[in-house]
Amino acid sequence: MPIGAVIEFTSITKKFGQVTAVNDLSFTVEPGRVTGFLGPNGAGKTTTLRMLLGLVAPTSGTATFGGLRYRDLPRPLHTVGAALEAASFHPGRTAAHHLGVYAIAAGLPRTRVTEVLHTVGLADHATQRVGGYSLGMRQRLGLAYSLLGDPGVLVLDEPINGLDPEGIKWIRGFLSSMAAEGRTVLVSSHLLSEVQQSVDDVIIIAKGELVHSGPLSSLDTNIAPQVIVDSPNRDALIAALTEAGLPFTSGRTGLIVAVPDPGLVGHVAFTAGVELNVLHRQKAGLEDSFLALVEGGDSL
Amino acid sequence: MNLILRPVAAEFSKILTTRMWWILALVLFGYITLLAGGLAALFGGLESGAISPDAVNTGGGSGSLTGLGSLPPLIYSFASSVGYVFPVLLGALATTGEFRHQTLTPTFLATPKRGRVLGAKTIALFVVGAALGVVGLAASVGVGALVLSSFGVDPLLADGETWALIGRTVLAMALWAVIGVGLGVLVPSQVASIVIVLAFTQFVEPLLRFAATFTEVTADIGKFLPGAASDALVGASFFTLTSPGSAVLTSWQGGLVLLAYGLVAAVGGYFISWKRDVT
Repeated sequence: MPIGAVIEFTSITKKFGQVTAVNDLSFTVEPGRVTGFLGPNGAGKTTTLRMLLGLVAPTSGTATFGGLRYRDLPRPLHTVGAALEAASFHPGRTAAHHLGVYAIAAGLPRTRVTEVLHTVGLADHATQRVGGYSLGMRQRLGLAYSLLGDPGVLVLDEPINGLDPEGIKWIRGFLSSMAAEGRTVLVSSHLLSEVQQSVDDVIIIAKGELVHSGPLSSLDTNIAPQVIVDSPNRDALIAALTEAGLPFTSGRTGLIVAVPDPGLVGHVAFTAGVELNVLHRQKAGLEDSFLALVEGGDSL
Repeated sequence: MNLILRPVAAEFSKILTTRMWWILALVLFGYITLLAGGLAALFGGLESGAISPDAVNTGGGSGSLTGLGSLPPLIYSFASSVGYVFPVLLGALATTGEFRHQTLTPTFLATPKRGRVLGAKTIALFVVGAALGVVGLAASVGVGALVLSSFGVDPLLADGETWALIGRTVLAMALWAVIGVGLGVLVPSQVASIVIVLAFTQFVEPLLRFAATFTEVTADIGKFLPGAASDALVGASFFTLTSPGSAVLTSWQGGLVLLAYGLVAAVGGYFISWKRDVT
């Protein structure tokens, strides 16, 4: 069983001319967990991952796997599997040949090609030219490439993009099982909701800077819980809330009251004699918290 | 040893798993068959008639021609003197394709030492270029000799010199493929690379070589042009024959000049594009 290595970024910075794409980023990614690497498009996620993989030279700082830079790994594909964008294929090559080329380069047995194509569900399309592949199939082929060396570390850039619902469900289970085997799994996404169900830890960046890192649950405490309430007679409800001095805003599904306790809101309505048809605690807190964090990064 | 053998094997696999190599080989074979066969028929017809071999070989531009009898080596050299554009194209496509299809990413992930990848590509293309040389010779020698002998002209296939020329032609074609790799890293844009190959080999260089023959000074420079160096290496060419009096390098000098072009371009390209960030 391959053992995952700790990924460690130390003060990594990348400047493209005058533009600072990634600024002094430091964090670690632990084995045995799925870590979501999140941030809006253009936050510097892909640049950071490419620096980790030795494809882009950092302006300063280091990124290592168990203390070794990618280029110093004695057997890179056996140690780290990476899937970056979904377009790194020669369209005239078949999927099996595409993988075969890199299996040869890494000194891997050709049987691995068949195995990984089977794992990602492309066994039936192995001899088809990649030019005819759909986006979802290309994503799967990219994933197959990352699995070639049965690595202990997986680095996947937006792996869910372009997958159909069945594929999304499959990859979520896949990521969790990889982590359960003790591997290090780093998955980037610009949508928290996309990976929310499968990640254990989150690293959030915005404008090239770290804005949050920790377990997924740490996002929950970041934002005060709210209560959603509505009434067939909304005007009466508004009057009652104003009377009681509870701060609120109007939302799509009702009024959002900035208090943590639904009981308090229910009591206010009850004493004012207002009928309620909605009363619950806000559950979309993670996404809101995520958005607040990355937008906070914007204003910095 | 695996450190370089594996990337070389991977580069071979890259070439053989796409269609370009056999398309180019096919076109090369057809093109050279047409030229060598046609000219063998034309000259063979003349030669089997009233005109003697000495009358055809008036130029005496290349020393090796005189000892050999004129016609066969001239016909045989079409494989490289005309066909050299094919290995250059294949070499340039092999490198520019990596940029165009973004396959540098999986390539450098599998082999992070980039110099090793470029070295492996150079070695692989050298061999594939040599193979294209064999294809070109199959057309120029195979078809050429057949046509010549059908006109009663001795195809000189028993002559050791002919086989030495064949060997030098294979080497020239291999070196041209290396030049293609070098050009591909110098000019990573595939379209620009192809335009440069076609414009330079089909138009610019022939003109330069022709213009260089006008004065002695320019002729001394002109002999270092890659096409001239290649013809010098092979030792016979339609071009040197039609440009009598032009200075020529010796065979081994021509080979070294050609190799230098390839290596200088590859090393230059390594710093210009190959070492850059892959984004």
